[in-house]
Amino acid sequence: MKLIKINGVTGIAEIGGLQREIGLLLVDNANVGDYVIVHAGYAIQKLDEKEAFKTIALLESYHEMPQDTKSTKK
Amino acid sequence: MKYIDEFRNGTIAISLSDKIAELVKGFRKITIMEVCGSHTMSVYRYGLKRLLPPNIRLLSGPGCPVCVTPVSFIDTAITILHKFANEIIITTFGDLFRAPGSSSSLEKEKAKGASVVVVYSTRDAMKIAEKNTDKKVIFLGIGFETTTPTIAASVLEAERSNLNNYFVLTSHKTMPHVMEALLRDKELNLDGFLCPAHVSTIIGSRPYEFIAQDFHIPCVIAGFEPLDILQGIYMLLEQIVKKEAGVKIQYSRVAKCNGNPTALAILDKVFEPCDVEWRGLGLIPKSGLKLRNRYARFDASKVFRILDFGFRIDSGIQNPHSASNGCICGDILRGVKTPSDCKLFKGACNPEHPVGACMVSGEGTCAAYYKYGETEP
Repeated sequence: MKLIKINGVTGIAEIGGLQREIGLLLVDNANVGDYVIVHAGYAIQKLDEKEAFKTIALLESYHEMPQDTKSTKK
Repeated sequence: MKYIDEFRNGTIAISLSDKIAELVKGFRKITIMEVCGSHTMSVYRYGLKRLLPPNIRLLSGPGCPVCVTPVSFIDTAITILHKFANEIIITTFGDLFRAPGSSSSLEKEKAKGASVVVVYSTRDAMKIAEKNTDKKVIFLGIGFETTTPTIAASVLEAERSNLNNYFVLTSHKTMPHVMEALLRDKELNLDGFLCPAHVSTIIGSRPYEFIAQDFHIPCVIAGFEPLDILQGIYMLLEQIVKKEAGVKIQYSRVAKCNGNPTALAILDKVFEPCDVEWRGLGLIPKSGLKLRNRYARFDASKVFRILDFGFRIDSGIQNPHSASNGCICGDILRGVKTPSDCKLFKGACNPEHPVGACMVSGEGTCAAYYKYGETEP
């Protein structure tokens, strides 16, 4: 969920238009605009966007493999 | 939705499925356990078993909080409800609400008029306590290292705001200890663990290292989206094929080696290790977390003197009703049987009338089999 507002130890996070008040006690240095993982009403970690891009790029590279390295299973 | 849709791409899933098939072509049968209930649900929801070659077997593990909560915990909550009927409100997560105790459930008690409220989090429970100062509000805390810090945070917030009518009754459990117990089970031959995403977000990758080092079983921490799971399986298979065993992180966008030090510090401040009973698995030493004495005034087991009722949540004594009805949840949680092996499955035990905890919880293996069907290749 994306953190859109911070009020001390609580904040408002949003996903797909849904907003929810969450606790921020379990994460350090959360800023508005950060993506956070929310579990049972609390942010439990900030999402590391750099690492997300790396994983996405790696996943996309699997699809871009030359055809001859793939099996024919569909 | 950003950072979700990218991990649900069907075309990439097919490519990964091909890569996996290529990697283990002609290889022996490989058994991988997905420890966490959220992984189990994703595996079924996205039909991932159909994307794996026949020599890869995925087993569901004991990582469904409600499924491993002992009958005695629910019985204790119900006894407190009966004894202190006019003084208390019990708050609980939705799936625990329906879980069967030995003779009733919180849902049945509520139907009879008891004060039981389903909440999304401890934050909701605290709000109920703030609004009902004439009542004692008890939150039933179950779950693994992902959930326990949220209960710890609520205790600290209650202490800071002098919320004196908020209490927790807990049966928290830790993941690496049960994984060790499973590895010592001779009936179970595992080749790798797909480690939970959000437990590992809190504890990091280090607590799994003994599994790779002492048992030579590779571990991969994977996210809950379908491509996360397929990539996590691929990373496990790469190790298995090369006869290597290490702890790797697929879910690097969230899970780090050190976990979440802030959450761990709060967890450690409020909770300490204890022996605890797992439904179906029995007593596992040091696999639980209980409130430290410093926070005893928030501990419902002490405030409501449950020992006086003859209950011991951590006793390890199996309630005789839990297994005598033919329910094989225990064997399913250990990964040695599947729901299809159970004579109650889809008959006497179904989501409307669950007999065992694996059918009650949305994350339970039996509930997943029932909802999405048996999809072994």
